[in-house]
Amino acid sequence: MTAPGTDAPTLEVRGLATHFFTKAGVAKAVDGISFSVGKGEIMGLVGESGSGKSVTGFSIIGLVDPPGRVVGGEILFQGQNLANLDGEAMRQLRGNRIAMIFQDPMMTLNPVLRIDTQMVETIHAHDSSVPQQVALARARDALGEVGIPSPDERLRSYPHQFSGGMRQRVAIAIALLNKPDLIIADEPTTALDVTIQGQILYQAQKLCRETGTALIWITHDLAVIAGLADHISVMYGGRIVEQGPIADVLDRPMHPYTQGLLGSVPGHNRRGQKLFQIPGMAPSLLQMPEGCAFRPRCQIADDACLAEPLITEPVAGRHVRCYHPSDGGAGR
Amino acid sequence: MSAFIIRRLLQSVVVVALMSLLVFVGVNVVGDPVHMLVSPEAPQEEIERIIRNLGLDRPVHEQYLFFVKNALNGDLGRSFVFGEPALKLIIQRMPATFELAFAALLMAIVFGIPLGIYAGIYPDRVSSKLIMSGSILGFSLPTFWVGLMMIMVFAVMLGWLPSTGRGETVSLLGLKVSFLTIDGLRHILMPALNLALLKISLVIRLSRAGAREAMHLDYVKFARAKGLRESRVVMVHVMKNIMIPVVTVLGLEFGSLIAFSVVTETVFAWPGMGKLIIDALHNLDRPVIVAYLMIIVLVFVIINLMVDILYSILDPRVRIKDAGR
Ligand SMILES: Nc1ncnc2c1ncn2[C@@H]1O[C@H](COP(=O)(O)OP(=O)(O)OP(=O)(O)O)[C@@H](O)[C@H]1O
Ligand SMILES: [Mg+2]
Repeated sequence: MTAPGTDAPTLEVRGLATHFFTKAGVAKAVDGISFSVGKGEIMGLVGESGSGKSVTGFSIIGLVDPPGRVVGGEILFQGQNLANLDGEAMRQLRGNRIAMIFQDPMMTLNPVLRIDTQMVETIHAHDSSVPQQVALARARDALGEVGIPSPDERLRSYPHQFSGGMRQRVAIAIALLNKPDLIIADEPTTALDVTIQGQILYQAQKLCRETGTALIWITHDLAVIAGLADHISVMYGGRIVEQGPIADVLDRPMHPYTQGLLGSVPGHNRRGQKLFQIPGMAPSLLQMPEGCAFRPRCQIADDACLAEPLITEPVAGRHVRCYHPSDGGAGR
Repeated sequence: MSAFIIRRLLQSVVVVALMSLLVFVGVNVVGDPVHMLVSPEAPQEEIERIIRNLGLDRPVHEQYLFFVKNALNGDLGRSFVFGEPALKLIIQRMPATFELAFAALLMAIVFGIPLGIYAGIYPDRVSSKLIMSGSILGFSLPTFWVGLMMIMVFAVMLGWLPSTGRGETVSLLGLKVSFLTIDGLRHILMPALNLALLKISLVIRLSRAGAREAMHLDYVKFARAKGLRESRVVMVHVMKNIMIPVVTVLGLEFGSLIAFSVVTETVFAWPGMGKLIIDALHNLDRPVIVAYLMIIVLVFVIINLMVDILYSILDPRVRIKDAGR
């Protein structure tokens, strides 16, 4: 085991595979993905609905629900293989060193418990010696940080007294409570209006820069990622199809799927042009096409694509899973 | 909140008034108590004197108004059989029935909730399947048969527990109770379990369904993601949400516990209201029957009211909605 902290990246995922063993067959929701996020770095994880983004997050914090199971790969957190941790050690990491913000803000808070209860228990789960008053003060400060007005009063409210956006901010505040080293944020700003979204993004960035927290920001909104992340991983059908520094990938996407995604974002250097839409639908995980999963929807696919493409690194720092990666820049 | 309670109170009054009418008419249409009380050979004047004494010569609606007027004064008539006020007879036996019902309720909660949650969290374990099969038995076996079997096994064959009566009682706030003496506890154990069996099964099913559902809810997963200990996830996050349906249903079922104690009380010769009503039905003792039914209606209405209030305490969403009214 490497000594934690020093030069190991905060999170390193190698060949992670999480499959769901359903009655209809095995759904390979995550199928061999690798990435790493260093201290203070922000990684954007993008992809269409069902591409396996949330499952990736749950795999990292060890909360994949049956019939799902992590079936392969390694998850190294600060150099430590999480598979070697027992249940109790994993619990101590969760919500303390690794926090996750869930996708649906309406459902993440327990409707019958007050906000203060739900916040203070998060502190006490990891350090029961914190006096109640201190824990409450920390909870209040965390609410203030995410821009909730009159946090003292709001602490005594129940979740249904908040709007969806407010609830998501409470969930974010809970994730921040124990100053984690890694935050997995699953579409945390989708429910928020644009000004609040900007505020949260700004704060997330500030947090990472100042405290060295690593952040995985899951979204399907490329516009959000553009100004936030350092690098980006694009998922398709449980695999990563393209990876690289954010500016390079957005400016010169190599994978036809990434190009399609970018084409369907309004206002990305394409004013006046018709919005492009990727033809077809995301494949069912139970009936993945042979070879490249994107082949049936791809405009440049040929016979070569009938065989499974491997991840290559055509340009230093840029990874792509395609037989015909664009060399970048062409046509843009 | 208070407006909500006042509204519910008014509804309750209407329900009680309607029920009093139904009960009175229903009971007065069946049978003729005079035949039970007087030997057929008695002279005609004697029979008529008794009919007048009992007020049975008046038209039914007059009898009803008379009944209501008296009922409001706490007088539900005199038992034809015992010659004592019907209400007094019932009130005397009420503590025994309530004690039995409460004991059964307690058993339903103490056994039902943990077993149900366990079966909900680990649905695939053999022990969970045993619990669920047990609850099916609890549902389907007739109460009186189970009662008789219990007596046969634990009283007759093993001789561990007494089979009849309340045993030694002590006075608590002027009421006689069994549960404070060892002998009383030994006496109440079997009948209470017998009465509780159905409710234990019900609570097991409710808790299991609630736990199974809750385990997949996002906020339970989020509680885990916060790093809470499994014990807190289950005891606080899962349990609090299960308690809402369980309390509601159990509260409503408490009335039926009292009503169904008739069977158990008969089997175990438990000296409660149930036994009294069985005797009263045998003798067509109208005032006692009417008084019993009215008391039961009152108990149901009060329980419903309390469940509503309890519900609003457990579920903050209800509380807020009512405050806004
Ligand atoms: N409980 C489950 N049982 C079976 N399959 C599941 C389960 N949970 C997830 N999956 C499979 O995993 C796939 C990926 O799901 P995931 O939630 O990670 O998608 P996502 O990328 O987060 O999509 P979205 O943008 O809609 O949130 C789903 O398409 C589904 O087939
Ligand atoms: Mg998702």
